[in-house]
Amino acid sequence: MNRLTHFVLPLAMAGFLLGLWYAALRWGWVNPVILPAPDAILSAIWENRVDMFQASGATFMAAFLGFSAAVLGGFLIAMILASHRWIKTSLHPLVLTIQMTPIIIITPIIGLWVEDALFRIITITFLISFFPVVANTTLGLVSTEKNLLDLFSVYGASKFQEIAFLRIPFALPYFLTGMKIAGTLAPIGAITGDFLLGTSRNPGLGFLLLTYLNSGQIPAMFGIAAVACLLGFFFVAVVHFLNFSLLHAWHDSREGVEQ
Amino acid sequence: MDTTERQLPMGGTPATKDPLVQFEQLTKHYRSGQAPVLADVSFSVYEGDFIGLIGPSGCGKSTMLKLISGLTPVTDGHLWIDGKDPLSARAELAVVFQEATLLPWLTVRQNVELPLRLKGKASSDRKETAQRLLDLVRLSHVEDNYPRQLSGGMKMRSSIARALSLSPKIMLLDEPFGALDEMTRDKLNEDLLQMREEEKWTAFFVTHSVAEAVFLSNRIAVFSSNPGRIAHWIDVDFPYPRQPLLRDSLEFHNKVCEVSQLLRGAHQP
Repeated sequence: MNRLTHFVLPLAMAGFLLGLWYAALRWGWVNPVILPAPDAILSAIWENRVDMFQASGATFMAAFLGFSAAVLGGFLIAMILASHRWIKTSLHPLVLTIQMTPIIIITPIIGLWVEDALFRIITITFLISFFPVVANTTLGLVSTEKNLLDLFSVYGASKFQEIAFLRIPFALPYFLTGMKIAGTLAPIGAITGDFLLGTSRNPGLGFLLLTYLNSGQIPAMFGIAAVACLLGFFFVAVVHFLNFSLLHAWHDSREGVEQ
Repeated sequence: MDTTERQLPMGGTPATKDPLVQFEQLTKHYRSGQAPVLADVSFSVYEGDFIGLIGPSGCGKSTMLKLISGLTPVTDGHLWIDGKDPLSARAELAVVFQEATLLPWLTVRQNVELPLRLKGKASSDRKETAQRLLDLVRLSHVEDNYPRQLSGGMKMRSSIARALSLSPKIMLLDEPFGALDEMTRDKLNEDLLQMREEEKWTAFFVTHSVAEAVFLSNRIAVFSSNPGRIAHWIDVDFPYPRQPLLRDSLEFHNKVCEVSQLLRGAHQP
């Protein structure tokens, strides 16, 4: 596939869908109240630009902090899990249990336990995005090549040297894969947390969505969807850039670009 | 046939001076109750020997290297390296595996420096040693490249340079050139012998190629399996330094035939 088709095909598809959208409204196939026209959505975004900009900032901040907590915390948990077979055997079910409990059920409990509004949302973002980091990093830490471990052993490397110079660098691509997945989940976590526990004091996109829903501003609700989508793209782009700059020199995964 | 069995006197105290590596009635099981991988192996290796280890798959050649490097414990009998047990003698040996086992996130130079770094050597020492070794293996021009940018032969040369960085007394090479094409392999064999002219390290070289074993070694151990043991010792008397043209000589061919015949015998229980 050449470069041109690479751009032309998605654009053509988008054009086709937009055409279908307008056609559906023009000939009355759907009710415009439940599916506003694209230009109505854009003008709703423009009208609410101040609120939406502030809410995006709040959501981005919460997502970023929760994501950072998930990446650091996930890495630490993985280090602990990988440190010994017994620890992994005893702790892994607990980690799985946290992961398996739907976030919608944990959220009210977080509301009970955590006082601070921002900290609540960070906690929920953490809970929704830490697991891929843990799972991937743990796998990376325990699958170090046997030959390399033997090599370090013959050179009389200490346990610390083995972890710092071999196991952690070896697990880096795995860790970054987990981080990329966490990057797609963090904005979702921040918006969900805000939707369920957010306040009018520092509203994020979730709370703003709730406000629009309650006041029946349907084009603005679609506007939130578009803004949240952009925010997610931006967030993932930052994470991928980080991934690329850490890996591209030595890793084989097509110059560190997405596999 | 000039096959000589070098048997040690049974029992007694370990010889501390003469043999560099000494196997004494050594038996190795990976799991108790299972058939031994190596059974009742006794022999001595002296400083400057180049030992070729050849034999069918699963005959214990690689296990022998693992025992010497202390990666797996001796089950029965004794193994002395420079008068010490394998774990205490680790500082004196280096290993080269079939894969180059370079760390992909380090450059060629950093890989060569790695053992020195693990030993806490000063950065200036590391630099100097790495430079000398990279010159020796002719890789100075790619010292800042990452392993994935190198050919198979270059990776192997980096791996050998890294093994030499601690000036080992003993080099353990486990089929290091097995995955390379024949021309590269021949060239690396010549390189290996040339490197050895500088520091006369003792070598244990596992291979499946009889010609390679004959070209490199001054003694060849032919293994048989079930249980793994050394069936024959063959002396190869061509003087070092050996020239590439040696491979074309009649004596070389005769030696290869001799080893091949013994190897075939070892295959049939």
